[in-house]
Amino acid sequence: MIETSVGADGLFVAAVLMMTAVTYMMRAGGYWVMGRIPLTTRVRKALESLPGAIIVSTILPIAFKGGVPVVLCIIVSGTAMALLRKDIIAVVCAVAAAAAARAYGF
Amino acid sequence: MTASPPVTITSAGCLRGAQFCIPALPGTVAFGAVFGTVAAQKGLTFAETLMFNSFVFAGASQFVAMEVYTAPMTWGVIFAMVGVVAAVNMRMLLIGASLRPWLGQVPSSRTYPALFFLTDINWLIALREYDKGERDWGIFLGSGLFMWCIWSLSVVPGYFFGSLVSDPKAWGLDVVMPAFFIALLIPLWKGKRQTISWAIAGGVAVLTWYELGGYWGILTGAISGALAGAFLDD
Repeated sequence: MIETSVGADGLFVAAVLMMTAVTYMMRAGGYWVMGRIPLTTRVRKALESLPGAIIVSTILPIAFKGGVPVVLCIIVSGTAMALLRKDIIAVVCAVAAAAAARAYGF
Repeated sequence: MTASPPVTITSAGCLRGAQFCIPALPGTVAFGAVFGTVAAQKGLTFAETLMFNSFVFAGASQFVAMEVYTAPMTWGVIFAMVGVVAAVNMRMLLIGASLRPWLGQVPSSRTYPALFFLTDINWLIALREYDKGERDWGIFLGSGLFMWCIWSLSVVPGYFFGSLVSDPKAWGLDVVMPAFFIALLIPLWKGKRQTISWAIAGGVAVLTWYELGGYWGILTGAISGALAGAFLDD
């Protein structure tokens, strides 16, 4: 048990290093490219619109896959946030709503 | 361009950045623990699991790579793992791009190491605070370092006591991330430009997901939404 838990396979380490490198290239690459593109009004507006567009594009497919509990969770989180402007309260309410929906068999 | 206040960094800013992550903690710890469990079940050693988890530091892509993983390793398996990790993490190109106006003034010798700690969470927190007028980039670095520590530790209990977190769904822990993302999205809404560009992003993302599955929808949706935002007026 000890030796299997401490050791590491050479090829596996190679895989991890390559995955780390490729992920870092993604992390730094977009930032690097934008340093070489002039920040015109149009580019700035596109960058400003990215965060919302990324969140919506990430969440909607998750909602479609997750069904009623996830949709409910999103609605509750959005509503609570719009009304109260406190992210932690929104998250707690949304998780409770999803758990309740599942407890009722959705 | 109007002059904006200079971008600085303080330890107080780093601490505040870490505090902003608190709503995301239950989801992150559960997600990390489940990764530890999956890694143990797939036969990774503890050292391999720790290294994979802390070096790659990108939740969803790690799970997808473990789907592709088979022992014994071959170069074919390695390229498949690297390929899926690249595909899942491609959105980071866009995320990083949108940080340029925020971090562009900071010397590159500092930003490039700090970008290793870029995740969806600290990116969103940093942008939200920038929007409010914050110019202490410790917000970005502190939240990134904090999430990295939490993520690195959370895998340990999962590896050794997997059955404790075998079903995060029962506790609703799997929806913490979507809920937090939505909570971070709401303050970004300003008016018509957001409504239209988000609708376009969502429509394209869902269509892409429906046609191709996987993670391509994030990319196509985000780019369509950003293009729409670039050409729409407030």
